[in-house]
Amino acid sequence: MKSVKTMKPLLLAEYTATSCVGRGMAQTLAALIEQRSGLKRCEFETVKIDTHIGEVPGVDSQRLPAALQIFDCRNNRLAELAVRQDGFFDAVQAAAARWGPRRVGVFIGTSTAGIMQTELAYRARDAVSGALPPSFEYGATHNSFSVADYLRQRCRLEGPAVAVSSACASSAKVFGSARRMIESGLIDAALVGGTDSLCLTTLYGFHSLQLSSPAPCRPFDAARDGISIGEAAAFALLERVPENLDGNSVLLYGVGESSDAYHMSAPHPEGLGAKRAMQAALAAASMEPGDIDYINLHGTGTPSNDRSESQAVTSIFGPTTPCSSTKGATGHTLGAAGALEAVISALAIRNGLMPGGVHTARIDPTLTAHYIRENRRAPVRRVLSNSFGFGGTNCSLIFGRAG
Amino acid sequence: MSLSAYIGGIGVLGPGLHNWPQAAAVLSGKQPYVPAPTVLPTPAMLPPAERRRTGRVVKVALAVALEATSRADADPAQMPSVFSSSGSDGHICHEICQALALSAREVSPTRFSNSVHNVAAGYWSIATGSMTEANVLCAFDASFVAGLLDALTQVTVDRQSVLLVAYDTEYPPPLHAKRPIPDALGVAMVLTPQRSLGSLARMEFTLTEEAIDKMPDPELEMLRSAIPAARSLPLLRLLAIGAPGRAILDYLDVSRAGVQIDPCF
Repeated sequence: MKSVKTMKPLLLAEYTATSCVGRGMAQTLAALIEQRSGLKRCEFETVKIDTHIGEVPGVDSQRLPAALQIFDCRNNRLAELAVRQDGFFDAVQAAAARWGPRRVGVFIGTSTAGIMQTELAYRARDAVSGALPPSFEYGATHNSFSVADYLRQRCRLEGPAVAVSSACASSAKVFGSARRMIESGLIDAALVGGTDSLCLTTLYGFHSLQLSSPAPCRPFDAARDGISIGEAAAFALLERVPENLDGNSVLLYGVGESSDAYHMSAPHPEGLGAKRAMQAALAAASMEPGDIDYINLHGTGTPSNDRSESQAVTSIFGPTTPCSSTKGATGHTLGAAGALEAVISALAIRNGLMPGGVHTARIDPTLTAHYIRENRRAPVRRVLSNSFGFGGTNCSLIFGRAG
Repeated sequence: MSLSAYIGGIGVLGPGLHNWPQAAAVLSGKQPYVPAPTVLPTPAMLPPAERRRTGRVVKVALAVALEATSRADADPAQMPSVFSSSGSDGHICHEICQALALSAREVSPTRFSNSVHNVAAGYWSIATGSMTEANVLCAFDASFVAGLLDALTQVTVDRQSVLLVAYDTEYPPPLHAKRPIPDALGVAMVLTPQRSLGSLARMEFTLTEEAIDKMPDPELEMLRSAIPAARSLPLLRLLAIGAPGRAILDYLDVSRAGVQIDPCF
């Protein structure tokens, strides 16, 4: 008999996101309002795949502080670029000063971190010995912990630090880990988020599985044929809810997690794992399905994901709760998707905007969830955001207005 | 809130360490440590089609997870889990990077699916039918304590039993020179909020700046420092000795883990 887990809400004291649709909140919001997609034909590095990608401009020219050069790689450059937007870095510094650096934890989701450094190093092996070049640094770039460690050192935080790496659910699940650690009393604040950057492993890997589309991805379209890989970094500063709270503040109300127990790279056909995660999030938030105004879907644009997710959503929420995927705009940012879509959920709440899914031309009539293609301007009090990943790992988050 | 739990079952597999009873005899000094390559069993708990696809990282994680849950007489299908490892499957990573360095760039779809850091958690869920949550972590050399800490917050905050699985495997050359993990090693523990008949000990966790404990045996000390999951050895040694005590485990540069152990018998 499994007990129902409820949680104390947490405050998203600050947040920021950078993806192919923009640097920081203002550009991201403008893209959502304009229903603008950042997907472009893939011309990344030496990749020769007929597909579209969501590339963040300017990552290559981003520099890291001299003292942290050991971390230099595309993934950490993207993290650096993103953490400097919206005054987020300063807000983290202020939190560290307020709570003490040991009382602020770091929880960052990533699926591939800086694996591209290793991909490049394998092209530069010594012709005789086969050795990787001396300049190649494994721990600070390739290893999954590298981006969490980078941000921890960059922000001079000394609390517990960890990378969550459960494929495309990684940076949704960081909210769960941070929530538990704050509630345990070990820390007072948490830098949470996700960073995943373009690399050959994911571009060629999803292509080998025939899961990437040649066209910009079309979630929930009758003709959808796969994902568009994107890159992003998105962060939030989580704290306990203070006594005097601005009614416009955004809170994390629920985290629900589950496993499919079905297949490594295919979702459960009826979405049973997804359903379980959404139910757990509602239970954690002590909410009913009717309390949710909008669902930000995982909505990757593969035939199987959207089919199983639609079934799971409809089985809980029925066919009327508006839902959409923002991956037509941002691409599927893999291990950063959970955090990126958490920030998009917060933008939806703050601005009374349900973002319509772009690129979707004709909604698949067999999908029963209420997919919206046009933006809706209406009060949005509660949003549920889904993230699912390889290995059958699922995480649903519920955000909402404080007041 | 004190971060504490009861340990209900342990699984161990590594170089010269075959299971918890044998490892306990070695760690408590009752038997000599005889280093030998880790022998990884084929995961019989998986369906044959899935079994063929599993690499060393899945084998070591599933072996210790199964041992710990069996010894705790726990139903894995009902138990949330924390999988913590300093890396994903090193052999698959090597094969993918090698393929990507060639002009054809032919990446095997199965290898790509199995390259994710949560590959062991995925197969564990498939093998046990467990639809409970699995959290999959990495903190480089600090991965054992990072996993222990996450598991303990689940036990103390959510009052639920948790399976902790910490494991590492080696990279083949040329990555091995950059990340010289010598062999596979896994440690698993069932952690419960309440004492039960089978509880081995109570543990209580604090962050500390004290100096870390090393292993008295030089070869076990070499193992402790060479494999991130083996950073748990001073804790396992205390549990093997079966007396109250405190182990200081390696964690992040600025903090270590102090684990107080009080046996239940």
